[in-house]
Amino acid sequence: MENQAHAIEHHDAHGHDDHHHEQTFWTKYVFSTDHKMISKQFLITAIIMALLAMFMSMTFRLQLGWPDSKFPFLEKILGHWAKGGKLDPTFYLSLVTIHGTIMVFFVLTGGLSGTFANLLIPLQVGARDMASGFLNMLSYWFFFGSCCVMTASLLFEDGAASGGWTIYPPLSALPQAIGGSGLGMTLWLVSMVLFIGSALLGGINYVVTVVNMRTKGMSMTRLPLTIWSFMITAILGILSFPVLFAAALLLVFDRSFGTSFYLSDIFINGVPLEHHGGSPILFQHLFWFLGHPEVYIVLLPALGITSEVIATQSRKPIFGYKAMIGSMLFIAFLSFVVWGHHMFITGMNPFLGSVFVFTTLLVAIPSAVKVFNYIATIFKGNIVYSPAILFAIGLVSFFISGGITGIILGDSALDIPLHDTYFVVAHFHIVMGSSAIFGMFAGIYHWFPRMFGRMMNKTLGYWHFWLTLICVYGVFFPMHFLGLAGVPRRYYANTAYDQFDQLVNINSMISIFALVAGVAQLVFVFNFFYSVFRGKKASQNPWNSSTLEWTAPVEHIHGNWPGEIPTVYRWPYDYSKPGAEKDFILQTVPHSETESSNHAGML
Amino acid sequence: MITFLGLIVTILVIIAVARIIRILELTAKLSPPPAEEITDKDNNSQGNITLVFLFLFMFFIFYTTWRYSKFILPVSASKHGVEIDMLMNVNYVLIFVVFFITQILLFYFAWKYKHNSNRRGEYIPENHKLELIWTIIPTIVLGGMIVYGLSVWNGITQSDHSKETNVQLIELYAKQFDWTARYPGKDNKLGSAYFMNIAPNNPLGIDSLDKHGVGCDDVLTKELHLKVNQPTNFYIRAQDVIHSLYLPHFRLQMNAVPGMTTQFYFVPTITTAKMREITKNDKFDYILLCNKICGAAHYTMRMKVVVDDDVQFTEWMSKQKPIVETNVASTTPAEGNVIALK
Repeated sequence: MENQAHAIEHHDAHGHDDHHHEQTFWTKYVFSTDHKMISKQFLITAIIMALLAMFMSMTFRLQLGWPDSKFPFLEKILGHWAKGGKLDPTFYLSLVTIHGTIMVFFVLTGGLSGTFANLLIPLQVGARDMASGFLNMLSYWFFFGSCCVMTASLLFEDGAASGGWTIYPPLSALPQAIGGSGLGMTLWLVSMVLFIGSALLGGINYVVTVVNMRTKGMSMTRLPLTIWSFMITAILGILSFPVLFAAALLLVFDRSFGTSFYLSDIFINGVPLEHHGGSPILFQHLFWFLGHPEVYIVLLPALGITSEVIATQSRKPIFGYKAMIGSMLFIAFLSFVVWGHHMFITGMNPFLGSVFVFTTLLVAIPSAVKVFNYIATIFKGNIVYSPAILFAIGLVSFFISGGITGIILGDSALDIPLHDTYFVVAHFHIVMGSSAIFGMFAGIYHWFPRMFGRMMNKTLGYWHFWLTLICVYGVFFPMHFLGLAGVPRRYYANTAYDQFDQLVNINSMISIFALVAGVAQLVFVFNFFYSVFRGKKASQNPWNSSTLEWTAPVEHIHGNWPGEIPTVYRWPYDYSKPGAEKDFILQTVPHSETESSNHAGML
Repeated sequence: MITFLGLIVTILVIIAVARIIRILELTAKLSPPPAEEITDKDNNSQGNITLVFLFLFMFFIFYTTWRYSKFILPVSASKHGVEIDMLMNVNYVLIFVVFFITQILLFYFAWKYKHNSNRRGEYIPENHKLELIWTIIPTIVLGGMIVYGLSVWNGITQSDHSKETNVQLIELYAKQFDWTARYPGKDNKLGSAYFMNIAPNNPLGIDSLDKHGVGCDDVLTKELHLKVNQPTNFYIRAQDVIHSLYLPHFRLQMNAVPGMTTQFYFVPTITTAKMREITKNDKFDYILLCNKICGAAHYTMRMKVVVDDDVQFTEWMSKQKPIVETNVASTTPAEGNVIALK
């Protein structure tokens, strides 16, 4: 304990290196190959990116909530993008685009998987580190580079990419169509190439580690659901990110080398272009072939974390362990055959649309199974209310609220009036954005002691949770009505049309909730950084959890366990086992050790 | 000066916060802080808040639904739109049932099973019967919804209209940032078009603008007039980037994609005058919006839509001039291609 206190309070690299060779500041904190350090790097980078994207959303919510007002302070911050305190329409589109890109890719893909897959895979499967520490380090630095390029793209004269996060050509291919399609778009593509590199390097590492480096006794059916979710996520990423890479590459060709993959028959600014024979729809197919699995790349780790947190804090085994794995595998499979539901009204053959309706609505079945299993897990539990389980319950609530509107949007006939309206915005922000970010919060509150050896302040955690939960519903529930009123998304202002103008009150209310939600996140940020340095010291297993990561010493050591890697004898959810002395039995306790722990449970 | 003062205030605030934190720390040292363990008090209060939240949440759902449902689009002004609305309502009933059951169970259990030191959780790792039930029931319900949904979709998109002779053809042409409608004129045929023909006197690039060409009697307008109960087929084209033809009141949307022609067949059923009565709004007008991000002024790209009865439509049409009369110069005649109705 003393040693660990020493390690955290004094940020030098020399005082406590009893267990491994001497490290310099650079190898320990910067170019680290240790999965625990890389996990922290991912997390802190993601928090910074999330704050940036959140401030962007608050800025454009000002515009949407009070379209006729002026905010002179914006001019001070944004300069010519907000002349006279009024946001520039192109810059508004840039904000929307970069907000989406950062949140989807940098926070919920890189941040979520990068943090928790890195932290938990070696610790929960019982490995000394990732299969390749070097690839793991590269994965972070690609990610970091990609974040830098994306952030830098905001600073250039023509502005950042502004064609929406889906960057459909021809808008994204033609600088003459919109300002952001110049240098901003080039940087977007560069950033994305780096990001895909990061995702692939990380993904291969995660899969290899889970498959090859499990400790003795850790069969696949004894893996915590977190590990299953990270592995399935990594496989999804490995199979789908290269397709986005290809799509981006072809877009670069069209933009810079005059090819015509996506462009045909275009007349713009008084000039016909020479591109001939391409199809903008091709890009959409390629984009959504990544784009839809991406939704589950974002969501599955959050669901895995939730499974773990709900089981631990309810003091009950997760209900239907095998059904949970099965439903994740089924969701993962389906995610590759539903991409066309983003394209019902693009002019794609309507018969193809019917096929995608069928596959899309099937997703509801495994999703329903997961929801019922979560509810069954807390049923007759004994819930210890750490902030983590509150966030996990919030996730389940969002997963329901957002999932059911997916049944509507997945139905092609209903998609006709609702496509690209605020109904869609509400749907995916609840089911993907808020769910996944709540999963991430649950993970942070739960594994903070494992990461930093300290506890986060619980009272601030409670405040953070309730404020955020209320504000998320306050922001996104009313948005459904905007969608049902036919209000299109990505509109700079709705004032030009009477029937939308009367909706401005809803928009102001949404904006107020959004601003409060933003302030609530500052509570979290304060709690996080304060606790890193000054939080209460954590005990080795603060949540009385049964999984392997809590058998490692609080202090981070190279190789995770000081002596032998522990052997695993049972599944990870032996909570409240009848007859057992405590209400949890560690995975490392053999079945024969006590009479009571002999009950084999289910595995 | 204000900037300077602002700076000073900011610095002072930061210093103050730092001081407060320091004081908190020092006082904390005097009396050892409680461990960040979750106490029974926490469990009680958080558990109770979940129940309070459940009630507030349900109230919020009902209140907003009651208050905002008046903004929802009025009755559909097209034949297929009525079917879409019906499908939507059935879906809504279904998902609201699921929503209330699951949300109430979730937050109710969260309250009911809050921690109690005298109790233990029950060891229920699985229950095949239950799992089977909640796999099979959603499967059956979704199966029904898929069949119903697809029948509506196929009715809208896959019906064969080739035998119908009285279909009004209209081309809608999108460019940054406006819409143009093209009516076929007396021959009821739209002349084919090619983007290389686009010129100031030929904004849509029609191939055959000479006196004998198919396109010569085509009529271009900046306002879209539809005849009530008239089967209408839109041909949709774009000049520069992807746009989307969105007529919310008709439950109609289709992308306009450069390099290809998309279509939408529908029957408008309610005239503008009638809709003004229904919505009790004298100023009501149908509207056509662009619903695919297409540039900085995307949000301004729209067109007024009027649904006339037969008399009004004929009268309006008689005032419109064919393109040859509005454009004196003619372009090179091409073969008299027509866009054939599928």
